[in-house]
Amino acid sequence: MSIENLKTYDPFAEADDDSGQTKQTQEYIHIRIQQRNGRKTLTTVQGIPSKFDHKKILKVVKKIFACNGTIISDTESKGMGEVIQLQGDQRLKIKEFLTNKDEGLGLDDKTIKVHGF
Amino acid sequence: MIASHEDKETAMSHTARTPPLSAALEAFTDTHQEHDASAAEGAAAHSVPSDELDLTLMKKKKKKAVKIDDGEAAGDDEAPAGEDAIDLSMKKKKKKKVVKDDDDFAKKLEALNIEGKDGEEAAPAADENVQDGDMEKGTGIWQHDETKAINYEPLLSRFFTLLSQKNPDHASTGTRSYKIPPPQCLREGNKKTIFANLPEICKRMKRSEEHVTAYLFAELGTSGSTDGARRLVIKGRFQQKQIENVLRTYIIEYVTCKTCRSPNTELSKGENRLYFITCNSCGSRRSVQAIKTGFSAQVGKRRKMKTG
Repeated sequence: MSIENLKTYDPFAEADDDSGQTKQTQEYIHIRIQQRNGRKTLTTVQGIPSKFDHKKILKVVKKIFACNGTIISDTESKGMGEVIQLQGDQRLKIKEFLTNKDEGLGLDDKTIKVHGF
Repeated sequence: MIASHEDKETAMSHTARTPPLSAALEAFTDTHQEHDASAAEGAAAHSVPSDELDLTLMKKKKKKAVKIDDGEAAGDDEAPAGEDAIDLSMKKKKKKKVVKDDDDFAKKLEALNIEGKDGEEAAPAADENVQDGDMEKGTGIWQHDETKAINYEPLLSRFFTLLSQKNPDHASTGTRSYKIPPPQCLREGNKKTIFANLPEICKRMKRSEEHVTAYLFAELGTSGSTDGARRLVIKGRFQQKQIENVLRTYIIEYVTCKTCRSPNTELSKGENRLYFITCNSCGSRRSVQAIKTGFSAQVGKRRKMKTG
């Protein structure tokens, strides 16, 4: 039994998914998708922390997802850092991999941004 | 049709229920919910096409037919009617509550029956607060020269009816869905998509076309241009659904106010190259990230040229 227009909403509470002031220093991991010719796509993962070995990640990921991929070095990606590039739409899978605590990297869900349609 | 529906409701809420406080309260919520429902209905009736994207409920909302009770608007009918007229824009949480209300109501009915018939019959007679009459037509209690003080309950229902009639925007703050026309996507040739109604959508969101296009291109990882009729030509094949999803994220990120969730906001360039969103309804201001195009791989011919 609630009264709709008297619901209390705390205006001073921290906005829940705020990305602004509170975590300005935080680096996001961007997962993007790109269209290639036809139905083919590329998935790029940008901003995986450097404490992880990108080469090893790629090796594991390629095996799990059954796809090929490369690491694009810092110089090649024009200052965007090392980027892992995978063939096909692997956005959900790679997100699952990045957040999985047991078999993945165990990263925080909030640091990952999935772009694209 | 809406007006008649409301009439019925107000009439229903006026039917004398011997008001112990809890019952009165319940009646109040009932009427309130029904008003919400009617308001939502009205909104739905105003904005005709049902395929517009509904942003507050990410899923397609269930269409629940609002049944209009015919004939007896007796006390017994009131609770089921309340259940039937579940607010379209309300979420699932609400439904459970209504069911619980129903149970409570049933219990009370039982209690009333135990009390006996005479109690029931005596009650309306003893109750001098029977306030009948049609608000719209100005009869009964609503007559112009009526001096009797009107009860809180009918006054409240009158307030909400008037509010939903005259100012539907205020009547349902928060629950009102923000709607933009669905993007129209055409295919140009084999590899390009035309996004036809971008200006219209931008106007609706009060954002500049450049900003929206920049976001679209950054998210989709492509490029494009605008043609003569101000339509956006996007490289790559995209379906309407995909563009719709991107627009959704755009609205969440750059249009809605994070404090009050109102879409009535303005994007402006602040002092030092930062973009700020100012909310027009609550006055809050927040900074948003500039649109950044991330890494995008070279695809196609140019890659070959580079390597070869």
